[in-house]
Amino acid sequence: MLNNCYKLIVSLQLVLTDYLLKQDRIPKETEQLIMSRFMESTLTNVSGTKQSGADILVEAMIRQGVDTVFAYPGGASMPIHQSLTKVEDRVRTILPRNEQGGGFMAHGYARTTGKVGVCLATSGPGATNFVTILADAKMDSIPVIAITGQVSTPVIGTDAFQETPIVEICRPITKHHYLVQRTEDIPRIIKEAFYIANSGRPGPVIIDIPKDLQQKEIVVDTYDPPMNLPGYNPERHIAQENLRRILQEIRQAKKPIIYGGGGIIHSGAAPALRQFAESTGIPVALTLHGLGGFPSNHYLCLQMLGMHGTVYSNYAINDADLLLAFGVRFDDRVTGKLSEFAKHGRIVHIDADASELNKNKHAHVAINGDLAKAIAGLNELLQKEEYADIVGGGRYPDWMRQIDTWREQEPMRFHDRDDAILPQYAIQRMHQIIAEKGKLDKTIITTGVGQHQMWSAQYFPYSKPRTWITSGGLGTMGFGLPAAIGAKAAHPDHLVIDIDGDGSFLMNIQELACAYTEKLPVKVLLLNNQHLGMVVQWEDRFHGGNRGHTYLGAGQKQLPYPDFVTIAQGFKIKSRQIARKSDFDAAIEEMIDSDTTFVLDVLVPYQEHVLPMIPSGKTVRDIIKA
Amino acid sequence: MRHVLSAVVQNQPGVLAQITGMLASRGFNIDSLAVGETEKNDFSRITFVVSGDDAELEQVRKQLDKVITVVKVLDISSENFVERDLMLIKVHSTSHQRTEISLLVEMFRGRVVDVTLDTIMIEVSGQESKIEAFIELMRPYGIVELARTGRIALVRGVSVGGSI
Repeated sequence: MLNNCYKLIVSLQLVLTDYLLKQDRIPKETEQLIMSRFMESTLTNVSGTKQSGADILVEAMIRQGVDTVFAYPGGASMPIHQSLTKVEDRVRTILPRNEQGGGFMAHGYARTTGKVGVCLATSGPGATNFVTILADAKMDSIPVIAITGQVSTPVIGTDAFQETPIVEICRPITKHHYLVQRTEDIPRIIKEAFYIANSGRPGPVIIDIPKDLQQKEIVVDTYDPPMNLPGYNPERHIAQENLRRILQEIRQAKKPIIYGGGGIIHSGAAPALRQFAESTGIPVALTLHGLGGFPSNHYLCLQMLGMHGTVYSNYAINDADLLLAFGVRFDDRVTGKLSEFAKHGRIVHIDADASELNKNKHAHVAINGDLAKAIAGLNELLQKEEYADIVGGGRYPDWMRQIDTWREQEPMRFHDRDDAILPQYAIQRMHQIIAEKGKLDKTIITTGVGQHQMWSAQYFPYSKPRTWITSGGLGTMGFGLPAAIGAKAAHPDHLVIDIDGDGSFLMNIQELACAYTEKLPVKVLLLNNQHLGMVVQWEDRFHGGNRGHTYLGAGQKQLPYPDFVTIAQGFKIKSRQIARKSDFDAAIEEMIDSDTTFVLDVLVPYQEHVLPMIPSGKTVRDIIKA
Repeated sequence: MRHVLSAVVQNQPGVLAQITGMLASRGFNIDSLAVGETEKNDFSRITFVVSGDDAELEQVRKQLDKVITVVKVLDISSENFVERDLMLIKVHSTSHQRTEISLLVEMFRGRVVDVTLDTIMIEVSGQESKIEAFIELMRPYGIVELARTGRIALVRGVSVGGSI
């Protein structure tokens, strides 16, 4: 009863305040005083005023720390957009030009910050355009929350206009999913969704909200309701005994190696990993998603392993007698033929997801838990006197000598040309120029998928987590540009460059409009070879060079097609095309120094192959060298 | 090897769809599946019978555990448990065959639940092997229709983590 009276008083006060404010009859200080009391009342959840489901949703998201959403409106999500217009001072709403673009912007935001990325779409086709970005987030363990409008509850199941059972579609490609049934549930669902998305092994969550529930007005009791997740407990205690077993394995090993993956980045384990590698002197090979998790210029870094990894990292993995698999999932692009992978060694596997342990490869020591905590636990044990024999480095002189020999004999290399700009050269040289400009510390690279992606992994060294953003598991073409825009929204002071291919770039090129109108100046280094380069490479290697619809141009004796410079101009975006090596430096500088979005269309030969390469399903013995 | 998995799940729409979808997409084959409410309204119990080697079963169990609405999964095959399957079977029966069939039903501790001029419906419950044996015995009379619930199981006594 008292509570209700209080609610009534507060609401009366609000009405009065509003009136007086409009009349301009309250001095500033009084206004602040009243506003601070109002804020207090909303925080203690006794505002007593009715709110629409859409307002509640937005308010609940703000309380989860959301400052940016990527949202494309439509009939079934309009109420949420109306609510978003009321909080423009607290939440930036960025308008993509296709829902998939918005979803990958949320990826760019999430992947570069570690925070949850939020995207929003309407029902039906808007929602189905999220399918790819959700599957991508599931594969790469990215905390993305997709909110979709749904047709109103009375017409659900009647094949209403723009009705799609999106939750049914997305079940296997999300970590969790909600079809909201009552407006009252929204605060709890938002709280649960953010918790699920960014704890344990991160992943995407979809929340489908019928339009009538967005419009329904209710009084919210609390924005911090208890969660109802009896089956979800991501916190794992890591027994010290298991950590000691790892150190025992290390003690017995003569040729240990760390095989580090995306788990390093997700769990924030990079500093702990560096300390661990340095104190034990164990070299580190990284997966595509592990890049940036350990400094590439470090003596102990063997760069990327796997299909297009360095020759020496693959030799080392093959020869090792102990594989420390940290935050990895033994993906086929890393292992090649599973039975032959790391078969000489014992395997220690630490992962946040229990189902990854012993899934593809049996581990002698398997630990389920947070990687950063596990490595920190190892580091702590290593301080003890009893492990003095393991630390100090220099324990594996023969092993490191062997690795150094491989490193000298088989460095990363390509046969450069003077009459053309090779894509490898373009990436390597761009890195040098950025370094010379002292901007490396604040540079983020995104990519599409294909040859240019692998070269970006090979020839642009990464030294910090979350500066290398790529679609690894799903391998989604068209990822690069929207991901760059999302990254730029989260890091306005960073140089964000999408290294793209002509095939990938064209898949989400419409987002140039978003970059322009939202004033998110990203750079596109377009390595344009007029082909689907990676498929061409496989055609050359395995199909006698027969082209199966992998040529993207308009025909021989035609100019490169499409004309990306003219397209960019249509979007009011600066662009330049170059083909001569001598023009490269000046063009890159122009691109980097420009304070607007810039598309640098670099014509490159299509005959180049990504090397080294271990063909799919083969072993390190089958490696094709440059 | 045959395994009996017992999973406690949140009683929500779509949980069963998600679980069966997950098992299908990962290529796990289910021999039998039964769902029903438990002593608590918020939870249901799903009992699966799955065949596979230990590594495969470990994967099934972990993938089930990963589903957010799955509260607990136990492989109870190695425990001391009671397993039951309930069957309703309708067979052809002329008036002079009824006594003979009734005798068989009694031997299997079943019950006759419906009789018409030329059919008889029987309820039998028990372990899978018993049910199968009864089906074989009924075959000569001519089986009209048959329905089974699928296996349900509970661990005997106060089990390790058996209650919700």
